[in-house]
Amino acid sequence: MLKEKDKIFKNLYGFEDWKLEGAKKRGIWSNTKELIKMGSDKIVEEIKNSQLRGRGGAGFPAGLKWSFMPKDSGKDHYLVVNADESEPGTCKDREIMRNDPHLLLEGCFVAGFAMHAHTCYIYIRGEYYSEASNLQKAIDEAYANNLIGKNACGTGWDFDIYLHRGAGAYICGEETALLESLEGKKGQPRLKPPFPAGAGLYGCPTTVTNVETIAVSPTILRRGSKWFANLGSANNTGTKIFSISGHVNNPCNVEEEMGIPLKDLIEKHAGGVIGGWENLLAVIPGGASVPLLPKSICDTVKMDFDSLKEVQSGLGTAAVIVMNKSTDIVEAIARLSHFYKHESCGQCTPCREGTGWMYRMMEKMIHGNVKHEDIDKIIDVTKQIEGHTICALGDAAAWPIQGLFRHFRPEIEKRIQERNRRVA
Amino acid sequence: MHHPGTNNKVYKKINDNFEWSSENFKKISEIIKKYPSNRIQSAVIPLLDIAQRQNNGWLSKNSMEKVAETLSMSYIRVLEVATFYSMFNLEPIGKNFVQICRTTPCWLRGSDKLSKVAQEVCETNIGGTSDDGIFTVVEVECLGACCNAPMVQINDDYYEDLDEESFKKILQDLKDNKSIKVGSQIGRKSSQPERKFDA
Repeated sequence: MLKEKDKIFKNLYGFEDWKLEGAKKRGIWSNTKELIKMGSDKIVEEIKNSQLRGRGGAGFPAGLKWSFMPKDSGKDHYLVVNADESEPGTCKDREIMRNDPHLLLEGCFVAGFAMHAHTCYIYIRGEYYSEASNLQKAIDEAYANNLIGKNACGTGWDFDIYLHRGAGAYICGEETALLESLEGKKGQPRLKPPFPAGAGLYGCPTTVTNVETIAVSPTILRRGSKWFANLGSANNTGTKIFSISGHVNNPCNVEEEMGIPLKDLIEKHAGGVIGGWENLLAVIPGGASVPLLPKSICDTVKMDFDSLKEVQSGLGTAAVIVMNKSTDIVEAIARLSHFYKHESCGQCTPCREGTGWMYRMMEKMIHGNVKHEDIDKIIDVTKQIEGHTICALGDAAAWPIQGLFRHFRPEIEKRIQERNRRVA
Repeated sequence: MHHPGTNNKVYKKINDNFEWSSENFKKISEIIKKYPSNRIQSAVIPLLDIAQRQNNGWLSKNSMEKVAETLSMSYIRVLEVATFYSMFNLEPIGKNFVQICRTTPCWLRGSDKLSKVAQEVCETNIGGTSDDGIFTVVEVECLGACCNAPMVQINDDYYEDLDEESFKKILQDLKDNKSIKVGSQIGRKSSQPERKFDA
C-alpha cells in the first residue's frame, strides 16, 4: 500500500482547508520560483524522466507531449486543462478541484511556463457548479497574492489562468472538440493533423492535458523524477487516483501506487465487493470506454496501463466499476450504449448511425429478442465503427460491447434460447 | 426520452423583450475580457448560461438573439451551440430542475428506483413538468459523481449517496418550500472510503 508520505493529494477528501492558507501548509506554492528557475528544458526533462503518463485515459507520456510545443513560433502559446470529466465511473478530478484547487493552479503555472505559454484555460464541465466556484475562488486568491498574473511568483513570467465552464457534452473531453467548444462552436472533434501542438486554440500552439497530470507535476519536480519513477513499475510509474464505484461496500476515490492488484484495491480501500469476492461478476477497470473483465481475470490482474492492455482492456481513467452477481450484465452494457448514442456528436456516419443501432440491438439482447446470427452481426458492426471515425468515441462505444461478447457470449446465447422456447 | 435540453424546437414569442439586467451586463463585460479581443465568440457558452439563468432556466429565441447581438455573431451560430449542448434548455422548465443520473454506475446502485420516486412525488413523467410548475424531472447521462452514486442534480447542486427514503424527503421538502441539505445524504465527506467520520 502507498505510504502516507508518498501521497501527492494530501487533501483529497477535503478534511483540511482548501483555500490558499491551507494549501500553503501542505507545501503548495512554497518554492515555485525555484521550480521555474530550473528552466523549461529542465522541467520537461524531469517530467520525461519521471515517466509520467497522461491521466486522462490515453496514457500518452506527458513529458513527450509537453516537448512537442515549439520554442519560437511567434504566436501565443496556450495551456488548456481538460477538466471536462465525463467518463462514466470517473470522479477524481472533481475532488482535486474542490478540495485542493491550488495544487492544480500551481501545476498550471509550472507546466505553462515549460510550454512557453502565458495563458491557461481550465475547461470544466458545466455541471460541476460548486467545483467551479471553489476553483474560481482559488484563482482569485492566487491573483491577489501575485502567485499568478503579471510577474507571477516574482519570476518575471506573466501567467494568466481563466476558468471556462462547458455546458454538458461528453465529447468535449476529446481534446480538439474541447478546443472547438472553447472557441465558441459546437464541440465536434477536428481532423488531425494538424495536432494541437502545431495549431490548436485559435490556431496557436496548444497543449491539452488532464487535471491530474497537471496537478502531480509540481510535486514531481520538488521531490525529483527518481522518487516518482520508483513508485509503480517501469513505464507505469507513480501514483494514481482510482475511483471505485458500483457494487462495493464503500465506494471511494483513493490515491494508490500504480500496479496495485485490482483485488487489493477493492478489498483494502472499498470495503470489498457486496456479498464477498466470490460474488463478483465483472469489473470495468478504466471507465465506461474500456472492455470489462470477468472475475477470473480480476483475481490476479494489476492496475496499470500495460497489465490491463495485456488482458485486452485498459487503465483509461482508472475508474473501477464493480458489478456483482446480482447485475444484469447485458443491461449494464446496454446502458453504456445508450450513453454513447446520447453523446455522439453526429459528425462521422459510422458513430452517429452505429451508436444508435448498437443501442437498439443491445436493448433487444437484454430480453434475448434477437437471432443467434445477430451476435456475430453486432460484433462485426463494432469492428466497422472502431477506427473509422475522427475521434475515439466510436472506439469507446464499440469496446464495451466487444468486451461483453468476449467474456459473456454464452449468457446472451442462453437468453436467446430461453426466449425462443417461451415464444414457441 | 424527453429532455428540454435535447429538443431542437425554438419557442418564438413567449417573452417579447430580452435585455441584460445591469448586474449581468457587468458580469458579461468581465467574461469577455478572458478571451483575446478578436475572439470573443469564445464567450458564447458562458453568455448563454447567463441568459438562461436570467430567463428562468431556459432559452427563448429573443434571449439567444441577444447573445448573438452582444458577441457580434450570427443567430444561427448561437442556435447551433444552444442545441448542441444538453445544459441549454429550449423550453420552459419548472422551478426545480431534477436531473437523475441513469448511467451504469448510478444504475448499479439503484437509480431506477429514484426515477420511480421522482415520478410519484413530483406527479409527472420523466421529461415532464408538474402541473404546479414546481418540478421538471429528467433522466440524464453520467454527472461525474460515481463514487457517491446514486445521485441527482437539482438546479445547480448535487445530492449524493441517495436512497428512496432520503430522495423522497428531499423532494417533499422542496415541495413544502423547506431548505434541504446539499451533497452527501449520509454525512460522508466528499468521496472518503469510510462511511463514518468523527470530526
